[in-house]
Amino acid sequence: MAVINADATRAATPRTRKSRTFLVLNIVSVVAGVAIWWGLSLAGLQFPSPAEVVAAGWTMIQDGSLVTDVGASLGRVLAGFALGSVAAVLVGFVMGWYTVARGLFEPWIQFFRTIPPLAMLPLVLVLMGIGESPKIFVIFLAAFLACVISTYQGVVSVDRTLINAGRVLGAGDGTIFARVVVPASTPFILVGMRVGLGSAWGTLVAAELLAAQAGLGHRMQSAQLYYDLPTIFVGIITIGVLGLIMDRLLMLAGNKLTAWQENR
Amino acid sequence: MSTPKISVRDVEKIFPVGNENFVALGGVSLDIADNEFVTVVGPSGCGKSTLLNILAGLEKPTGGTALVDGKPVSGPGPERGVIFQQYALFPWLTVRENVEFGMRTAKVPGDERRRRAEHFIRLVGLEQFADALPKTLSGGMKQRCAIARAYAVNPSILLMDEPFGALDALTRVRLQEQLLETWSKDRRTVMFITHDVDEAVFLANRVVVMGARPGRIVEVIDVDLPYPRDEDMRLSPEFGELRNRVWHSVYHQRQIKEPAQ
Ligand SMILES: Nc1ncnc2c1ncn2[C@@H]1O[C@H](COP(=O)(O)OP(=O)(O)O)[C@@H](O)[C@H]1O
Ligand SMILES: [Mg+2]
Repeated sequence: MAVINADATRAATPRTRKSRTFLVLNIVSVVAGVAIWWGLSLAGLQFPSPAEVVAAGWTMIQDGSLVTDVGASLGRVLAGFALGSVAAVLVGFVMGWYTVARGLFEPWIQFFRTIPPLAMLPLVLVLMGIGESPKIFVIFLAAFLACVISTYQGVVSVDRTLINAGRVLGAGDGTIFARVVVPASTPFILVGMRVGLGSAWGTLVAAELLAAQAGLGHRMQSAQLYYDLPTIFVGIITIGVLGLIMDRLLMLAGNKLTAWQENR
Repeated sequence: MSTPKISVRDVEKIFPVGNENFVALGGVSLDIADNEFVTVVGPSGCGKSTLLNILAGLEKPTGGTALVDGKPVSGPGPERGVIFQQYALFPWLTVRENVEFGMRTAKVPGDERRRRAEHFIRLVGLEQFADALPKTLSGGMKQRCAIARAYAVNPSILLMDEPFGALDALTRVRLQEQLLETWSKDRRTVMFITHDVDEAVFLANRVVVMGARPGRIVEVIDVDLPYPRDEDMRLSPEFGELRNRVWHSVYHQRQIKEPAQ
């Protein structure tokens, strides 16, 4: 799980020569990485070659298993992530707005934050059985805990002058909340959601390794029994690519929503 | 005599700082008549913003009363427009949306809201930037937008807290002139805080000089210069004399205070 700071969500700088050089270096690096991988597999290491992995991936696409697995995994992560983010935003706002709520929620959140969500899995499996709900719950927890503090920080750090400006323009508490506090904390919420998504994705795969009948983690787990390395590679690459795509989509949406920010 | 527009009676504001009490305002009394333009000058930390915030209804005095139109201030109100030094524009709203903010909370119908926003945006000369976000505006344009936003609710009082303090000299002078021009037409009551003695004299009917520790009014100086005022007036001997008086009043109190510390 990557730790993302506020700067990382800012828009890319305008296309300059520097960023083009950067892109070229990126491509060179990826090509070289694949080449080294290929070289190692030819040199007799236990690795499947890139060609074998592509072939395995193609078979899995054709027999539909990859699509099923991706669907199962994405469904879980999106459900858990969506629930976790919504809950985090609500709780974060309530904590930031009402001192009482802050006092009540704070110890629990601080406590659960120190526990990796996966460590809850055994308990959750016992309590909730082995269906979809325990996995979604653990992902929910991961996304929630990553996002709630960030939202809360956003609410308490809203510029006092903006609130005062709203009040002298006749806004009551409700209007201040909806039209000043919420927009002012969006950048914080989005940073929290990005961290939450990374956390959710990481938790998902591990949860599927332990307890699932479908999904990318489960596929890799059963491939492991048969020493089926190409399938494991397909799983790893798919997880990485999907994670990257989701992160970028969230970042793009975030940049749109916070385009008003100064000095970006 | 008619009731003053603004009446400050023995207003006291004490902030608890650690275990001690800090007297930000120690018994301030001041009347401002309808249509008057009053400027307040004083060293930083003498309680100018505190006094303004009390009148704006953003802070409560710990003693005394602040009256507006004869009624005690109990919170912000539409008859009092406030302009802050840091502009305080909502950065996620365009110029137009910022100007419409107060009218939205006042539930002004859409058509009229747009018409009035248009009018005030034109008044401050931002019509080409109506759909721009604040981050694309210069400091002077931001403050003009904030002024339009305050005017749009049609307040009878403007409370301005060092509104031009962060602007370059030329922009500041332009905005001073525009402000006076608008004021001479609509004659809203203005309380304008500044740390710039020149600005204080140029704008005001009366200059209120404040001092620190405790925050208090040291002297009130009448400015008997005719309106409209222009750049030449700043060079006149009368203006120079008033500026010296105000400057002396602001500066001298510091002299007494410093050795005591
Ligand atoms: N919320 C507060 N708590 C404690 N002290 C404050 C608070 N607000 C203002 N003060 C103090 O009161 C004094 C007057 O502040 P202010 O009215 O902002 O001064 P000015 O606007 O004249 O520079 C300052 O010394 C400031 O530190
Ligand atoms: Mg101040």
